[in-house]
Amino acid sequence: MNDAAAALAEQGGDPGLVPRPFEVVGTRRELDDVVTLELAPLDGQALTFLPGQFTMLYLPGIGEIPISISGDPARPERLVQTIRSVGAVSEACCALQPGARIGVRGPYGRGWPLEAALGRHLIVLAGGLGLAPTRPIVTWALENRSKLAGLHLLYGARTPDAVLYPTQLLGWAGAEAANVMVTVDRHSDQWSGRVGVVSDLVPELPFDPALGTAMVCGPEVMMRFSLQALEGWGMAPAQMYVSMERNMKCGIGWCGHCQLGPHLLCRDGPVLAAPQVSDLIGVWEL
Amino acid sequence: MSDAGKIIAAAGLEQLVRLLRARGFEVWAAREQAEALSLQPIESAEDLPRGRIEAAEAGKVRLVASGRDAYFDHTLPMQGLKRLVSPPEERLFACGEDLVPHETPPAATPKAVIGARPCDLVALDTLTQVFQDGPQEDRRYRARREALFLVAVNCARPAATCFCSSMDTGPRAEAGYDLALTELYEPEAHGFLVEAGSAAGGELLEALEGEPASAADRQRALAVSEAAAAAMARAMPSDVEGLLKRAYEHPHWEAVAERCLACANCTMVCPTCFCGTVEDRSSLDGATAERWRRWDSCFTLDFSYIHGGAVRKETASRYRQWMTHKLAHWHDQFGRSGCVGCGRCIGWCPVGIDITAEAQALADALPAAKEA
Ligand SMILES: Cc1cc2nc3c(=O)[nH]c(=O)nc-3n(C[C@H](O)[C@H](O)[C@H](O)COP(=O)(O)OP(=O)(O)OC[C@H]3O[C@@H](n4cnc5c(N)ncnc54)[C@H](O)[C@@H]3O)c2cc1C
Ligand code: SF4
Ligand code: SF4
Ligand code: FES
Repeated sequence: MNDAAAALAEQGGDPGLVPRPFEVVGTRRELDDVVTLELAPLDGQALTFLPGQFTMLYLPGIGEIPISISGDPARPERLVQTIRSVGAVSEACCALQPGARIGVRGPYGRGWPLEAALGRHLIVLAGGLGLAPTRPIVTWALENRSKLAGLHLLYGARTPDAVLYPTQLLGWAGAEAANVMVTVDRHSDQWSGRVGVVSDLVPELPFDPALGTAMVCGPEVMMRFSLQALEGWGMAPAQMYVSMERNMKCGIGWCGHCQLGPHLLCRDGPVLAAPQVSDLIGVWEL
Repeated sequence: MSDAGKIIAAAGLEQLVRLLRARGFEVWAAREQAEALSLQPIESAEDLPRGRIEAAEAGKVRLVASGRDAYFDHTLPMQGLKRLVSPPEERLFACGEDLVPHETPPAATPKAVIGARPCDLVALDTLTQVFQDGPQEDRRYRARREALFLVAVNCARPAATCFCSSMDTGPRAEAGYDLALTELYEPEAHGFLVEAGSAAGGELLEALEGEPASAADRQRALAVSEAAAAAMARAMPSDVEGLLKRAYEHPHWEAVAERCLACANCTMVCPTCFCGTVEDRSSLDGATAERWRRWDSCFTLDFSYIHGGAVRKETASRYRQWMTHKLAHWHDQFGRSGCVGCGRCIGWCPVGIDITAEAQALADALPAAKEA
């Protein structure tokens, strides 16, 4: 607990919904509408996290939103978050300059079950901005490569201009350690890579489906098709995981906004095993 | 103190109010207001709606004469205990550009409630589970919960909208009270059996004037509860949890949506609905932002908003969310039902939608679960 929170707790206060002040120490424009922020806690206490967890980012007078942590879990001194500008809060986050302050709560939620992949082929299937919450898996996997049979990153973006972290993707693709496949829905002249949806890449994976564990993140339709493709390829649903998205107002099980059927996503998720969502994911307006 | 409780005279209620006030409690109870019951502070037992009873039906609740001068023939105020522990809105903190939050401490005045009903005690326990036993404890909630002294009243005359028997939450309180009263309204004597459910309750019971209760007195009290249970007209179909989980895509939701106004009344009167939101408001001088928490409802369009649009656009999916959360998904989330059978949502629905009737309609429309 930070000093402010401890002081509030002393007063009988409520650290649950009260953010800690952080300072913006770095910004990086990733895409036209996407910025990565590097944040440092004012109290110096690193925000340690598990890949797949998220925080609530708060700007006074504007609002608060859930954002996944996209940094390296082994380097928690800097909180790294990648944000797409889509509305009031995310736009204001993307406009922050070094030295600005931002409120942070968390980390919250259950992350990716990395231990489930030990000794197996780890497949990361990401679509669009879904590469941000899955990047910590790749970072972790590269640092723990000897504990895995294989590492495969299947990434799909809408257009070549929308490919997130391109330099890093090239670096990973060049390394022996990882098998990286990138595809775009619509190509342009400069693109010599694959064209098509990311789930179409699944059958190309060069090993027995029984030896793999898949972690899937992207728009809900992309995840639905990816689960179908993995199952069609021969993988057991129990070896597939997804990160689900719903409105979140608290992150700690108090507000009820994040329900997806029986799950309170902030508490039971956002990462769930495929069998936990297979009956829910196609249901109308659930 | 005798574990068997005490018998006090009807007039002893006034002493109970006095003793609670002397211990620093603000005393609250259901009071009559515009032919309805409202949870309000009281000064004396005189303020209780003695001799009044609800004429309740789907879409309508009205107080009428009960035909006798018993204190507790009525049952529930429109509001549950929820607002005493989780207020409709509260300021959490204020902060400026430096993001250093200045907390607003919770106001937790000691309050005693006389006439908390068995269903409402279970509802309070249900809320406590959400706010105190989840990923983080809500200190504000805890402070207010700990400042409550609960005097339960075991129901003698359930309203027509009550269905606690089928939810196993009443009409006799099993736990969650400091003191429990059973009103014994008999030709020869009018009084109460008072039992203690906590150390604080035991201390108060000591101070109350009365006679130790006998086994026969306790039998008379149990008979009141048995008669109340037998008089209950409504019930929730059994295995409603399994039923609803087979009904996600059932056309019946559309049929309900044709009547439902999505007005959110049911969620506001429900004693277990815990959903809330947090929002910013500017301070009067505009220099700081204030963070406020307030009740929210799954019946609003905004509730499920994510970038691109609300997930639950139709009234049908919002009604399904509400009812399925209460009766089915609550079991997955918290290991119990989110409905305690108080019937408030039935009585206070402007178009008289009845959760028990909708569940029964689904049960009639769907084949039973296959035998395992
Ligand atoms: C667990 C989780 C992780 C996420 N990780 C990321 C990430 O790493 N990067 C990123 O760019 N986006 C992420 N999102 C989506 C992000 O939260 C929304 O884009 C953001 O809330 C939009 O807020 P806004 O005020 O800018 O937009 P508006 O469209 O104006 O939204 C208004 C309000 O609605 C709510 N809301 C809107 N969209 C969402 C949403 N998708 N999820 C939850 N609440 C929403 C918020 O309370 C928001 O303030 C994540 C969402 C969740 C649930
Ligand atoms: S759903 Fe209706 S009957 Fe059940 S606890 Fe809520 S208000 Fe009472
Ligand atoms: S539902 Fe049961 S416990 Fe609640 S008021 Fe009615 S009879 Fe009493
Ligand atoms: S985000 Fe509030 S309960 Fe999950």
